[in-house]
Amino acid sequence: MSEIAAPPNAESAPPRTFIARVKDSDLLASFLSSKVTVAAGVITSVLFLAALFAPWITPTDPFDPATNFLSDSLDPPSFVAGGDPRFWLGTDDQGRDIWSAILYGLRVSLAIGFCSVLLGGAIGIGLGLISGYAGGWTDSAIMRIADVQLTFPAILIALLLDGVAHALLKSSSRDESAFGVLVVAIGLSFWVQYARTVRASTMVEKSRDYVLAARLIGLSHARILFSHILPNVMGPVLVIATINLALAIITEATLSFLGVGLPPTQPSLGTLIRIGQNFLFSGEWWIVAFPSLTLAVLVLAVNLLGDWLRDALNPRLK
Amino acid sequence: MTGALLSVRDLEVEFATRNGPLVALDRVSFEIAPGEVLGVVGESGAGKSLTGLAIIGLLDPPGRIAGGEIRLDGARIDNLPPARMREIRGRRIGIIFQDPLTSLNPLLRIGDQLSETILAHTSLTRRQARERAIAWLGEVGIPSPEKRIDGYPHEFSGGMRQRVVIALALCAEPALVIADEPTTALDVSVQAQIIAVLKNLTRRHGAAVMLITHDMGVIAETADRVAVMYAGRIVEIGEVGQVARKPLHPYAQGLMAAIPTLEARVDRLAQIPGAMPRLSAIPRGCAFAPRCPNAFGRCVERPPLLAVGARRAACWLYEEQQEPVLAEVPP
Amino acid sequence: MSPAEPIVVVRGLRRVFDVSPPWLSRLIDREPRRLLKAVDGLDFTIVRGETLGLVGESGSGKSTLARMAVGLLNPSAGQVLIEGVDLAATGDRSARRAVRRRMQMIFQDPFASLNPRWRVGEIIAEPIRAFGLANGQAAAERVGELLNLVGLHPADARKFPHAFSGGQRQRIAIARAIASSPDFIVCDEPTSALDVSIQAQILNLMRDLQDRLGLTYLLITHNLAVVRFMATRVGVMYLGRLVEIGDTDALFLRPRHPYTRMLIDAVPDLSMSGRPRTPIGGEPPNPIDPPPGCPFHPRCPRAVDVCRTETPAFVDAVACHLAHGDPGWLARG
Repeated sequence: MSEIAAPPNAESAPPRTFIARVKDSDLLASFLSSKVTVAAGVITSVLFLAALFAPWITPTDPFDPATNFLSDSLDPPSFVAGGDPRFWLGTDDQGRDIWSAILYGLRVSLAIGFCSVLLGGAIGIGLGLISGYAGGWTDSAIMRIADVQLTFPAILIALLLDGVAHALLKSSSRDESAFGVLVVAIGLSFWVQYARTVRASTMVEKSRDYVLAARLIGLSHARILFSHILPNVMGPVLVIATINLALAIITEATLSFLGVGLPPTQPSLGTLIRIGQNFLFSGEWWIVAFPSLTLAVLVLAVNLLGDWLRDALNPRLK
Repeated sequence: MTGALLSVRDLEVEFATRNGPLVALDRVSFEIAPGEVLGVVGESGAGKSLTGLAIIGLLDPPGRIAGGEIRLDGARIDNLPPARMREIRGRRIGIIFQDPLTSLNPLLRIGDQLSETILAHTSLTRRQARERAIAWLGEVGIPSPEKRIDGYPHEFSGGMRQRVVIALALCAEPALVIADEPTTALDVSVQAQIIAVLKNLTRRHGAAVMLITHDMGVIAETADRVAVMYAGRIVEIGEVGQVARKPLHPYAQGLMAAIPTLEARVDRLAQIPGAMPRLSAIPRGCAFAPRCPNAFGRCVERPPLLAVGARRAACWLYEEQQEPVLAEVPP
Repeated sequence: MSPAEPIVVVRGLRRVFDVSPPWLSRLIDREPRRLLKAVDGLDFTIVRGETLGLVGESGSGKSTLARMAVGLLNPSAGQVLIEGVDLAATGDRSARRAVRRRMQMIFQDPFASLNPRWRVGEIIAEPIRAFGLANGQAAAERVGELLNLVGLHPADARKFPHAFSGGQRQRIAIARAIASSPDFIVCDEPTSALDVSIQAQILNLMRDLQDRLGLTYLLITHNLAVVRFMATRVGVMYLGRLVEIGDTDALFLRPRHPYTRMLIDAVPDLSMSGRPRTPIGGEPPNPIDPPPGCPFHPRCPRAVDVCRTETPAFVDAVACHLAHGDPGWLARG
C-alpha cells in the first residue's frame, strides 16, 4: 500500500539544532538591528556579571567591619582632588569603599528584584491560569480581588505588607528576615499584571482544538493547564517580567530609602542613597551620586530591553 | 492588445526579506476584455490574491511591484502615486473581498456607507445618492430596501452583507470589479445565490470581473475565461468550458481530476504527489516539473505560455503539437 | 455475513444553549430567556466499518453533534452510546476510560489542532502514554510507525508543527488520531481548510487507513462532493434535526427531502453538463428563533399549508409531510 505515502517532501529539511534556530531567528535579528537595544543588553549583562562576581572584583568587602577604618571615612573619589587612590569612588562615613558598596548593593537589589518577580510571577501566572480556565465564580472572585488590589499603588501595598510583617516578627529577627519580607511584599504587590494577561491568553487557548484533543483523551484539568496551556501563554509573561524587574528594583530602592527596607548592615542601592542623602548638603556628593547613577542606568537598561522584547514578540507588528 | 480593458504584462512582485528578495509573482501576463469575466484559480500560495492586490495598488511592504506593466484602458496604473490610485479604486475598479465583516464598517449604517461611496465618485446630491443607494440595495436582492438602508452591518446575515458589499463595489459604476474569494466565507446554499447576483449585476452594468478563487466550481458557473496559477505563474489560460473539461497543462489536469464530484462513488481520488513549492524553494525551469508525470529534459527551462489553438498553456509538451496531452492518471 | 453491529447509537439527542442576556439585564429590561436549540432530537446509529456522512450548513448543529459524539459536550437530553457505554452518565469511570480509548477526533483546522509548543513526536505519543499503551522507547518506535503510515518520515517527530504545511499537519493529526488504535473516529470538516489537491491526498489516506485498520468514521462536512466520495450512508441536518438519511447512492440519485435536493443543486456543475437545477432561496435560519411547523418551510419551493403549522415527524428515514408514503414525489415536477 505504498500509495498512502506521499513522496518525501523536498521542503522537509532535517530538524535544526537549538543554536541554529536561535541564530536564524527573527528575534535575534530584531535585537541586533537596534543599537539602543544592543547597548541596553550589553549594559545589563555587564551589571549582572559585576554583581555576580562582586566578591572577586572588589578590593574590599565593605560589610566586613574588620576591613573598614574610620580613618578612611569621607574620602572623595580618587579622580578628584584630595582623593585616595585606593578608593576609586570615594568612601562613606563608615570608611566603606563606595565602589565595593555599589557592587554589593547591586547584588542585593538584583537578588530582591529577581526573587520578587519570580514570586509575583508564580502567583500571578497560577491564578491567571486558574481564573481563565475555570471561568464562572472562580474567575469573578479572583478578578475582583485583583481589581481591588489595583486601586492601591504598588508601593503602598508593599509598605503595608512590610509593616504587617515587621509587626508580626520579633524585633531581633527583623534584620535577618528583611530580605524575605521585602521579596514577599514586592512580589505580592505585582501579581495582578501577570494574572490578567495570563487569564486573557488562557481564555483564548482553552477553546482551541489542541486543548479539545487533550480533553478528548481524558487528561485531568491540571495536566492540561500546565503541560498544554502554560507554554502557550508564557510569551507576554516574559515581557511583563522584564519590565517588572525594573519596577521591583525601584520599589525596593524606594522602600529602603524610606527606611523600611534593608538595614544598613546589608545595604542595597536604595539604602546607600538614603545614607548618602544625609551628606549631600555637606559636600560629600559622591556617596549619593554614584549609587543613584548605577540604579538609574540599571533600570533604564532593563526597561529598554523590556520595550524591545514587547515589540519583537508582538505578532501584529510583524 | 487593443480593446483590452485591463492588460497585465510581465508583472513581477517580490518581497524583501533578510535573505534577499523572494519572487512571489514571476512575469504574469493576461488581459481582460470589457464586460468579460475572467476567473483566476489556484491553490493557496499560487499568487492569485497578490495579483489582485497588485492591480489595485494595495500591496503592503515588504511586497512591491518589481517589474512589468498594468494598464487600464491603455493607461498605466502600476506607477501612479497613492492619491491617484485611490481615485481609481472605487470609481474605475470596484473591489469585493472575502470577509464581509471586515469590508463593512461596523459603526456606520449601510445606507451611509453606500451614500458616501456614491457621493465620492459622482456629482449627485445627498438626497439623490440616498435614493440611488436604495435602488442598489433592491438590485442586489435585499428585501424592503427602503427600511433596511438604515441598518447596521451586524443586523444583516452573512449573505445579505455580501450583497451589500457587491452593491458597494458596483455603485460607482466601475468598468472592472476585482472579487477575491467572494463566496468562500458563506454557506453552500448562499454561495450560489451570491454568485448569481454578482454575475447578473455585472452583466447588466457592463462591468468586467476578475474573479479570484480556489473554487473551480464557482468559476465554472460564472466565468467566461479562466487563468490557472501555480507558484506565482500562469500555467494555463483559456475558455472556461475547455479548461474545465479538457485541461492542457499537467497541473490543471491534476487539479481537475482531484476535485470530487457528485458522480458515482469512486475508489480513489486522483491526486498530485507532493505539494506546491514554498516561495523560497521554487525550482528553476518549470515550477511544476518535480511533480509532473510528463516531465522530460526540456523542463529545466521555464516554458512560456505557448498557444494551443485559442488557449495557452505554459508547457513544453505543446511546443510542437496542438492537441491536449493526457496525463498518466491512475485509473 | 455477520449482522452489522452498531458501534454508535444516538437516541433522542438534544442540546440547548442558554444565550440569555445576563440575569441583571433580564431583570431590569424585562427580557425573556433565550434558548438556542442546537440539536433538537437526533436518532441514528453507526455500524462498524461504515462511514456515516452528516451534511449541514451553519446552524444545523453538526459541530455540536460532533462534540457530543466524543464526550466533549454533555447532552441536555438523550444519549450517545459508544459501544454501549454512555459517556455522559456519571458512574463507572473505568468503563468510560476504556471507551475513550476506542474513539478519537480529527479537527478542521490543522493549524489549531496541534499544540505549537510541543514536538510532533510528543503530540502523537500523547494518547499512547495517556492510555498506558507503551512507554519510552516502545512509544517512540510506535510514533515512527505511525508517521510512516500517514506518509511522513520518522525523523519528523523531532520537529515542531510550524515546520509543516497544512496538509502535512493534517497527516500528523491523523497519526495522533490512530495512535491509540481506536475503533471510531469523528472527522469534523477534516479537509475544509485544505487545498483541493491536498484534500484528495488526505481523503485517499483516510480511506486507505479505514480499509487497513478497520475504522468507523462519522464524517461531518458541508461539502456534498466529499461526502459522496467518503460516505456509505448520508444524513442531512437542518436546524438541529435530521431531515433525511439513507445510503449514499440512493440519496444522491433520488433525494426525498427538498432541502437535500437544494443542497445537491447548489453544488456547481464542473462538467457543465447542463443538468436541471431548481433555484435556491433564502438563507439558513437563526436557531434561536426557528420558524413554526417544518423549519424548512420558508425556503421550500413545495411547501403546503400543513408545513407551516406542523413539524414533520422523522418517519421512514425522512422528515417531510409530502414525502411520507410517497418516495418518488420529489422527482416529479
